[in-house]
Order: sequence, then C-alpha cells, then structure tokens
Amino acid sequence: MIDLSLLTDGGVGWLDASGPSSHLVLSTRIRLARNLAGHIFQARNSETEREEILGSVERAARETVLLRRAICFRLDRLDRIERQLLHERHLVSKELAGLEPDGRVRSGASILVQDRIGVMLNEEDHLRIQGLHSGFALEAAYAEVDRLDAELGQRLAFAFHPEFGYLTSCPTNVGTGLRASVLIHLPGLVLTKEISKVLQGLAQVGLTFRGLYGEGSEVVGNFFQLSNQTTLGSSEHELLDHLGKMVRQVMDYEEQARQVLLRDAPAIIEDKVWRAYGLLRYARSLSFEEAMNLLSGVRLGVGVGLIPDVGMYTLNKLLVHTQPAHLSVAEGVSPTEPDLPIRRARFVRKVLESEVGRRG
Amino acid sequence: MSCDQCREREAVIHLTQIVNEQVTTLHLCERCAAEKGVESPGAVAKTPLGSFLAAMGKGLPEPATTPRTGDTCPRCGGSLQDFRESGRLGCPECYHSFELPLRDLLRRLHGSTHHVGERYAERGPETVRIPERASELREQLRLAVETENFELAAELRDRLRVVE
Repeated sequence: MIDLSLLTDGGVGWLDASGPSSHLVLSTRIRLARNLAGHIFQARNSETEREEILGSVERAARETVLLRRAICFRLDRLDRIERQLLHERHLVSKELAGLEPDGRVRSGASILVQDRIGVMLNEEDHLRIQGLHSGFALEAAYAEVDRLDAELGQRLAFAFHPEFGYLTSCPTNVGTGLRASVLIHLPGLVLTKEISKVLQGLAQVGLTFRGLYGEGSEVVGNFFQLSNQTTLGSSEHELLDHLGKMVRQVMDYEEQARQVLLRDAPAIIEDKVWRAYGLLRYARSLSFEEAMNLLSGVRLGVGVGLIPDVGMYTLNKLLVHTQPAHLSVAEGVSPTEPDLPIRRARFVRKVLESEVGRRG
Repeated sequence: MSCDQCREREAVIHLTQIVNEQVTTLHLCERCAAEKGVESPGAVAKTPLGSFLAAMGKGLPEPATTPRTGDTCPRCGGSLQDFRESGRLGCPECYHSFELPLRDLLRRLHGSTHHVGERYAERGPETVRIPERASELREQLRLAVETENFELAAELRDRLRVVE
C-alpha cells in the first residue's frame, strides 16, 4: 500500500478549513495544461514516448525549488484501490487514475507532488501543473502554480504558438491552459430552488460547474465546482478576476438564501439540520451518498450558527475519510465489502463522539 | 469515458440537469446527444465543442484551402475525422495542419483566437537553457533559503551572479 504519510499533511492540507471563506468554500484549485514541443499528444503517442516525457519532466522537476523534494507516484504501477485513494484526495483525475467504468491505467500515468503543488503526467496533456489551496484563494493558488510553470518552462520546451498560446490536446484548453476551480457548498440555493437560475447565469458569463470530483463527476452533498470555461483571449489574471467576482456573487446569493430560509422557515431548517446531525451521530448504516448529504445538512447548520461545537475541519475530514477507498483502507477491507455502510456509520459516530463530545 | 446511452462511443457531451432538486449527469457521445435532442440553446452554449464537432466537415462547401476531412497531419498522421470522433488533436503540429477549421472552432469556443496571457520564451533545440531573469532567480533563492535548502541556494546564488 502506498504511504500517503510521505506527503505533507497527507496531501490533504486543503481540507484544514484554514483558508478564506472556508464556511462556504472547501478548496481552490488551479491547473495549467502544458505539452512538450516535438512530442505527439497523449491520444496518439506511444508507451515509449510517454516514458520519455515522464523521464524528462521528472528530471526537470528535480532541479526546481517547488518540486525538488516531490514524491512521484506511478499510477500504472499501483493497485486500483491505491489509485482511488489518490483520486479521493483530489490529487489525480479520474481519467488519469483509470477509474472510468471502462478505464485502464495508461502506461506512464504518474503524479509528482510536493506540499500543495504537483504535476499530473501523461494525462490528456503531457503536464497538468496543479495547486490546491484551502478555502477561497484564487490569487495565492495561482501564484504558486505560476512559479512552478516558470521553473519548469526554463528547463523544458513547451509547445507554444505565437497567436494561439500554449497548445493543448483539446482546443477547449488552448491559450493560457488555465482552469481555476472553486469547490463551493450551496445548500441554501438548492433548498430555495434558486440553484438552476444561478448556474444558468454562470453559463451565460462564461463559467461552468462540475461535481465534487471535477470533470464528468456528479454533484453530491450540494458541492459545486465552479470554473472558467474559456482559456483563450483573456489573460490569466483577467480569468481569475472574472471567476473571483462571480464566485463572490454566488457566495452573496448563498448567504441571502440562507437568511431567507432562516426568516421564512426557521422551524423547518432547524429540524432539517439537527435531523441530519442526529442521523450521522446515531445511524447504524450509511451509504456514501447519504453520508455526503447529511454532512451537507450539518455543514449548513454549523454555517448559520444553529449547530455549535462541530468544526468545519471535522466535517471536511469526514468528507474525505468516509469515501469508499479511504474507508476500506482504514478498515482493512475490500471496497466491495458488503458491510462497508455499517463500518462507515461506526466511523462517523466515533469521529463525532471524540471531536464533538457527548453534548448535542 | 464511454457514452451512457450506447456504451460504445466516447462521451463528448456532459449534461448535468437539476430536476426537483435531483442532480443527474448524462455523459453522451455526439450521436446519442443529437438523438436525444440535447442541442437546445442552453446545451449548445455549454458544449460548443460537441455541436461544432457535429457540424465539422458537413454542410456548406468549404474554401479550397481548408483541409478535407480525410486529410492528415504530416507530423502525427491524425485526421480531422479523428478529431471529430475523439475531440482530441494528435500533436502541436495539428494546429498548423488544420489551422483554418481550428481558428473557426477557437472563435466559437473562446470568442477569440489571440492568446493575451503569459508568453512562453521559446527556445531553439540548440539552446540548452533560455537566459534566466534575475528577478526569478532572486525569488527562487528566497524560497530556497526559506525552505533551508542551502545546497540549492548556493547554486542559485552562483547563477544569479552570472546573470547580474
């Protein structure tokens, strides 16, 4: 089994709820898509070429400040459960981890990780430079990723076109290659049924949304990943400013929706959040989806001050550690173990009891 | 990812719907999406790539300079047809090989064809390293000292001397 303790904070420093607006925003992710000039893109390249790419990027990374001490995980040499573990920690995409229903791990699929920053290798693009920060921190996350991009760019020849910018395998990423995403919790907008209006509005201003695990994933626990749709024609800072402004607006709408709920239906909301807490605290069997939805209810309760004593960090930890791979590894059982929901409920009870105490 | 409908072709359209508070995501290939009538105005705005790919190489006669669907990129051997099916280009050279249709696509996807962000200082194959900027080296030196990586700090200090 891979040793995630080798990573700073186990690679999940982003869930410590220390960042700005952590009551609404779980994390901020920035990624830059880069390809090596003179190499075929991943969709058409060979195993040998992917090995070459991996070799030259790793050599270059070892000369940088930001990835000098990076841990390298070769996904093509890991078991499925280990790959799933890395995916659940948001360190690798589902595609790179070969976790799609019909997916296989591509040879050469790897990641380099050091602290909050890393590079996915042989993903859709040769390099996906990425940084993950706690809370709403677009500029801070970008600054770090930009620095690594500069360091790597001094040592590697990136495919760059004078007019089109950084060239990517899919034309949706060309130009800056920048995708900035903010993972935000919007239960107020879902409960007031305003969410579709807000999401449609975002689409009209060039933003898009995805589920908890990014591209192709479903929305669970009222978590939405908001990100820029376009990558060409605006500078990196313009893209970040635009996304930042819109996210702040969505945060305002969410706060307003919560106030409306508390004003117009206080008894219903209070019952809903405490019911969620009660189920988490005492249920004897929990599916992952149910746990996510209940955690969302409790997070709302904590956010509006109805549930005291439960920390956001505790809720974030539960969010990560109740996922199928995390739970099955911690319990030493197979992820297909039929009594996993029973083990999940026991795990949640134990964490809440030790971190919240016997009150509530 | 394969299409949820036919389970054969690659899904290129990811349609998330919210109906009665239930969020569902459908992953569809170009053909099944068209069959399901997904090309509503809202869907097109979200997935212009899918609709563009569907239209690419069909319809109006193209200008003589536009590569035909069967033409291939001399570097990677990929064709426009391959791109239509997978949504992925074969190599950086494809941006030259299929420049005209791609320009059109980029305008539709991004509303522009001009990169205005950070520029990469391209280097020739004969150059080992592009000239380093003192400001970047100083920043790296600061980080190296902060992280107590003194071996690297010494190296950076030497490189900084050369640049300055």
